[in-house]
Amino acid sequence: MAGVADHSSKNPAREISRPDPASGNRRSFLGALLGLGSVLVGGLFSVPLIRFTLFPLLRRTTEVKRSPVGTLGEFSTLNEPVMRTIQIEQVDGWRKAISEKAVYITKDQQGQLRVLTSVCPHLGCTVPWNKEKNQFICPCHGATYMPDGTRISGPSLRGMDTLETSIQNGQLLVRFQYFRQLVADKEVIG
Amino acid sequence: MDSTQKDQSNLLPPPQTGVWNWLNRRTGLDDLLRTALDEPIPGGARFAYVFGSGLLFIFLSQIITGVFLALYYVPSADHAHTTVAYITKAVTAGSFLRSLHAYGASAMVIVLLLHLSQTYIYGAYKGRREILWLSGCVLFALVLGMAFTGYLLPWDQRAYFATAVGTNAAGEIPVIGETAKRMMRGGTDMGTLTISRFFVAHVFLIPACIFALVASHLLLFRKAGAAGPVSEHPSDLKQKTELFYPRQVLMDLALTALLIIGLGVLCFFAPMQLGPPANPADAQYIPRPEWYYLPIFQWLKYWRGAASVVGVLVIPTVLVAAVIALPFLDRGIERRPWKRPVAMGAYAFVLCALVGLGLRSQYLDKHDPDVAKQLVKQETEEQEYMRKPFEPELSPGSLAAANVALANPLAAKGKTIFEAQSCNACHGDAGVGTAAAPALVGIAARFSSDQLAQLFAHATAKMTAGGMPRIDLPPDDLKALIAYVESLK
Repeated sequence: MAGVADHSSKNPAREISRPDPASGNRRSFLGALLGLGSVLVGGLFSVPLIRFTLFPLLRRTTEVKRSPVGTLGEFSTLNEPVMRTIQIEQVDGWRKAISEKAVYITKDQQGQLRVLTSVCPHLGCTVPWNKEKNQFICPCHGATYMPDGTRISGPSLRGMDTLETSIQNGQLLVRFQYFRQLVADKEVIG
Repeated sequence: MDSTQKDQSNLLPPPQTGVWNWLNRRTGLDDLLRTALDEPIPGGARFAYVFGSGLLFIFLSQIITGVFLALYYVPSADHAHTTVAYITKAVTAGSFLRSLHAYGASAMVIVLLLHLSQTYIYGAYKGRREILWLSGCVLFALVLGMAFTGYLLPWDQRAYFATAVGTNAAGEIPVIGETAKRMMRGGTDMGTLTISRFFVAHVFLIPACIFALVASHLLLFRKAGAAGPVSEHPSDLKQKTELFYPRQVLMDLALTALLIIGLGVLCFFAPMQLGPPANPADAQYIPRPEWYYLPIFQWLKYWRGAASVVGVLVIPTVLVAAVIALPFLDRGIERRPWKRPVAMGAYAFVLCALVGLGLRSQYLDKHDPDVAKQLVKQETEEQEYMRKPFEPELSPGSLAAANVALANPLAAKGKTIFEAQSCNACHGDAGVGTAAAPALVGIAARFSSDQLAQLFAHATAKMTAGGMPRIDLPPDDLKALIAYVESLK
């Protein structure tokens, strides 16, 4: 490409084929073109790298999956809270942990299904259902709650905590969470 | 030469911007760039010279993709396969990057063979280039080492058994073989220590050696100068010389572009597969190495019994020694291939032998009905595994908890009580502990059953202060709970 200089010298091996001065602009233009090309290719190449790195930021990689509690039919004729043990699958990147938690299925004042965690909002004890008294009574410090979880008496500052629910293919799913104890307002802690 | 170099410094217009000038005064970047770009190429630019730059490009790509893969990969027999499956099936662009890395290894071997062939056919090892050739030989071995060590890391069936065969082959070497095999495996059998060793070799040791060797290879190359066209005496060139920039740079970039497009299309449309996790107990599995190891694999099949020393040790050693010693053995100045019948004959023979052995291996696999059937089955299993969604690994905590249920019915009952009483709310699932309360794991070593019962009934002041409630349970339930707490390990 670059213009070949007149090789009249005796030893051509010492002669270097090199562009004439006028083509200096062409060379720098080529250099700029190459630089641009490199930046483009580098940019293209970095797209998968960036997507690969940002994956945990853009997608939930640590999550608690919703656990099935039972079919809706099982709870259609509910007249008092029932306890169910649910399996909680906790995903952490490429691994998961499975644990079991107790929850209550009950109805709110409008007759809608509601799922309560069995963890007392006072200090975290498991609250059992007392059939005779038709109340939840915490064995630790005596907090009492209505069948729908509303606080009646005792040291607790709020009623029993409801859990987020959803329905999928006739299955009642629940998202188990822990809430801060000893405060009046429900606050998720994990 | 001095005068020409002085002239060359006028080739690129001096950059005018202040920052560039400042950077230049501090670093000498411009001189470096000029030294790199104004490399004289006797006889002018040619497509035959592009393979070295191609290798550098693939090596760079392997480093980048390798570093990124390490973001998710865990080198242990427990997690290696899960993490590679996570990369392949779950992480965005993971399959593409892993494919780039895996196919990049094959591309590296192909371009390396082309680079070697070009050097050999052009007689470019002649003319005071012995050390340059030697460093190239070592680099060749290091690249094959990278391919060998990297192959095991996904820890799927294919990787496991290919490496089992590979390390076994090393074990066949007389006297040192057994020790070498154990050294590579980290014991007599393949296991998690093997992964650690291969990982360390693959990401630390061999790359460090490659960096050093590439640097010295380039340095020696620039010191000796490019060999130039074959028709000339390497130390007295008659043809005119051209600079590396721009024509040779463009030619090198053409190969790079070809590699980028080729690898990109391949990785996008036919991504690298991952098979089911390694199962050392699988006696049916027929291991097959990657294509570049097939000739050696086939060769070793012919040498069994007493004569094996000849095939496993003597012939390969002689061959390798001959390749290494080439610039010392072949001292003639003649570089034209058609005037070097012995060298070219030897090259053609070795090439045909390698290709023949590889094809023979493929042919035998296809024409043995049992082997062919099993290989198809393995392929099908791989495809089936790839179709399954990613399944996270069950963490040891929940596994331990699950195992208790199977082992001891009393402890299993205790586990339900532990969870029903929300002990895990503070002490964590399986008693691993949280910020709110200490771990209960291993508590059996510190307290007897009676002491635990005592603590449950009458909590210490410290326990009460920490928020531990009084435990009021029927005696049977309390026994079960204690059995469970004692089982936590």
